[in-house]
Amino acid sequence: MNYEVVCGLETHIELSTKTKIFCSCTTEFGGKPNTHCCPVCIGLPGTLPKLNKAVVEYAVMAGLATHCEINPDAKMDRKNYVYPDLPKAYQISQYDQPLCRHGYVELSNGRKIRLTRIHMEEDAGKLVHERGNTFIDYNRSGVPLIEIVSEPDIRSIDEAIEYVEKLQMIMRYIGISDCRMQEGSLRCDVNISVRPQGSTELSTRTEIKNMNSFSHMTKAMQYEIDRQIDLIESGEKVVQETRRYNEGTGCTEGMRGKEDADDYRYFREPDLVAVRVTDDMVKKTKAKMPEDPQKRLHRFVNDYGLTEGDAQMLIEHRRIADYFEKAANGVKNTRTVVNCITGPIFARIKDESEKDSFNINIPPENLSALVRLFDEGKIRKNQLKSTLEKMLDSGKPASAFLSEKDLAGISAEDLKKLCAQAIHANPNAAKDYLGGKQKAVKALVGAVMKATRGRANPQEAEKILISLIGQ
Amino acid sequence: MGKYGKIAQLQEMLSSGEISCTELTKKYLSVIGKENGALNAYINVTADAALKTAAEVDKDIAAGKELAPLEGIPMALKDNISTKGMETTCCSKILGGYVPIYDATVWSVLKNQKAVLLGKTNMDEFAMGSSCETSCHGGAKNPHNLKRVAGGSSGGAASAVSGNLAAYALGSDTGGSIRQPASFCGAVGFKPTYGTVSRYGLIAYASSFDQIGPIASSVEDAARVYDVISVYDKMDSTSSGQKEPVLPALENDIRGKKIGIVKEYFDGVRSDVKEALLKAADVFHSLGAETVEFSMPSIHYSLPVYYILACAEASSNLGRYDGIRYGYQTEHYTSRNEMICKTRSEGFGAEVKRRILLGTYVLSSGYYDAYYKKAQDLRGAIVQAFDGAFSKCDVILAPTVPMTAFPENYAAKDPVETYQTDICTVPVNIAGLPAVSVPCGFGSDGMPVGMQILGPKFSESTVLNFANMYESAARETSFKDTGMGVSL
Repeated sequence: MNYEVVCGLETHIELSTKTKIFCSCTTEFGGKPNTHCCPVCIGLPGTLPKLNKAVVEYAVMAGLATHCEINPDAKMDRKNYVYPDLPKAYQISQYDQPLCRHGYVELSNGRKIRLTRIHMEEDAGKLVHERGNTFIDYNRSGVPLIEIVSEPDIRSIDEAIEYVEKLQMIMRYIGISDCRMQEGSLRCDVNISVRPQGSTELSTRTEIKNMNSFSHMTKAMQYEIDRQIDLIESGEKVVQETRRYNEGTGCTEGMRGKEDADDYRYFREPDLVAVRVTDDMVKKTKAKMPEDPQKRLHRFVNDYGLTEGDAQMLIEHRRIADYFEKAANGVKNTRTVVNCITGPIFARIKDESEKDSFNINIPPENLSALVRLFDEGKIRKNQLKSTLEKMLDSGKPASAFLSEKDLAGISAEDLKKLCAQAIHANPNAAKDYLGGKQKAVKALVGAVMKATRGRANPQEAEKILISLIGQ
Repeated sequence: MGKYGKIAQLQEMLSSGEISCTELTKKYLSVIGKENGALNAYINVTADAALKTAAEVDKDIAAGKELAPLEGIPMALKDNISTKGMETTCCSKILGGYVPIYDATVWSVLKNQKAVLLGKTNMDEFAMGSSCETSCHGGAKNPHNLKRVAGGSSGGAASAVSGNLAAYALGSDTGGSIRQPASFCGAVGFKPTYGTVSRYGLIAYASSFDQIGPIASSVEDAARVYDVISVYDKMDSTSSGQKEPVLPALENDIRGKKIGIVKEYFDGVRSDVKEALLKAADVFHSLGAETVEFSMPSIHYSLPVYYILACAEASSNLGRYDGIRYGYQTEHYTSRNEMICKTRSEGFGAEVKRRILLGTYVLSSGYYDAYYKKAQDLRGAIVQAFDGAFSKCDVILAPTVPMTAFPENYAAKDPVETYQTDICTVPVNIAGLPAVSVPCGFGSDGMPVGMQILGPKFSESTVLNFANMYESAARETSFKDTGMGVSL
């Protein structure tokens, strides 16, 4: 029998606000244990939370970027559970009135993965096991998170991966999170079940907790799909449970029995007032947000005449797209700008995170000036390339490497002279050309180019050469 | 101001040089040394810090500086108000040895004024109780009769003020914890509108009910303290602060104003208490106010609503006491879970455990709708009932407690019966309203009777105006000095 995968994801994303969700401690990663803390985020008796406005704004941005409705009557709730990394014995989260609802993320195959909700919550601290003891580091305690919950609309491992990649791209694009799986600023819980192809019923699912890389996620999902199919085929039942992926064995394992089902005793957080996001705030946030990447892609194709592939490469990282737009300003050969970025500039970037921050030592205006020289025919393609490399080496503008003489070009008269000299010096080439060997003129063009150190326009030179030979 | 204001009187003595702040503080410390043994009002006396502040105040006086409104006045704080560098335990074994690293907002406001903190006062453990006897230090006694309790939960604060061991004290009121002990001890206890006084640093019992307020020996003093502590605080999201000072309104004319007498508040009230209240109503008539009688049936739901919601919040608020970071930790254990279980079993008293269990139960899945949600809905109904009531009258007059101070160990016999004595105080906590308890005479047992004046939200100046007008007219027959402590 053929089986279909039914999968929904819960994705936790750490927001990159400067301060924590309920106090003014820094959210900076790292730091000596328990140095990014205050009475509020370590939950000392008598302390009260205060909701960071920037967190609400970031979460609204996440909602708008994923086509969600913004809930005008959102509130915060307490999720009660006991664990030493949770200093108040409850996590302030959102239960029945999340900030964002009913959105979607569109995959490249055109399928829309519906989002049930996006809510705000606080991160917990971290247990550190060292020297036979357990210590607690509360630096992460109170760092703002959003949890994005999808409907069970995902039908394959590839779709799951693409969905997370899309979320990553969107959240980075709007600048609310760096979404680094290795550092834990993006983590996923995968809810997964299988059913016979064609069935529309949902079968029993399991939840694989805390996926922290795409490769683990792929392996864990594949293992779980195979395990569930095996169970069904051998007439056994899939048990609804929470499972953990074991990196060593490549298997998923049950974490706890069904008998102690969680009861978080959610109730409204009495220390915080309702989260009222007005239409006006939504409007203002919208205005602050960067253009939707999909729309920007279309605009790049239509307005700049880029291919979809080129446009895609640029918009994946907002800073690169912004850089491109500035560099392409007033430029005719916009594709040349793209080639400069994706060629020499990308060659100097090590990884995705450097693409994300895109700290290039030449301002976009300088790239723009360089390409405009090319537009105006003042420099040739090879000069453009070599100058760009020099600019990247030094951070200096093009003018530092191109002399007046370089930019002055060759006058028509001089060019004519040079062409005559070239014919004179290579009589055989002219003869060959007249004899029907059209390619022979290329050798003459080469000679002219050599004599002008590449400054002459080869098409122009060829025309002159042909007419001179014809005389 | 009026002739019963002790704070104004003390400040006059200080600035005129009749007594130095150091002398005054020593006087208080000395009577605390003598009489606290019998009253058990203080559980921690902070003599060194008090004398240090007093010396600073004396410097201000010597320099001819004008005193801040509460500067140099010896006072006390309930032990659930966080004081940096001073142990703050909520009179619970589980917080034994816990020294806060920050000040509660109310205390930092008072500290800035150079208020002289004499010490931390006794209370029911985590403010859960009506007799002060759930304290891990044993209960505070009533200065009017040492065989009677001071009430609770702010029993130590009321006992200290009534016994003249402090000029005033700050307590907290979740279901009557300021007003009930003030009523039992013959003092003025004021529970302001929820939000007017910052809760930051008040160790939470039930967050949506808790409110800090003063216990004082006159309405004027309560108003004076309230004006200082009712500041907006950005650390408390539910903070509103009070815009206008209340002190200037205390002597406003109340002629033609309407006082509501709500039938349900008098159901099951002891006859001598009822009688004292009716006499108080007559005093108001003589001051030109009118009384209107009506019914508020939803008052009957107050107790279950209060005990369900307050316990639910408490079960969550008290989850953090696990012995890991601060306070008490059990000695012998073999695992983390065992450590937490034993710490909590040994560290919490019976009443606190009862409320944590009750609160956990009403929030559990399967019971949430039947208890928590229903109680939340009824809370809304009670709020509406008060809105309706205050369209008929300016304030409501009611007993504070249906009886006078309990004998010792009364509360321990039947918790549910004791819960029922909160019937007159909990409605305002449910609705977040201001209410002041003012002594209005004595019961057949010779113990003080308190009356409550309730008003709509943010009507502090109105309720205190009524209370002050009553006190001015009837102080002689309503208040009685206990003859203890510092006499001026």
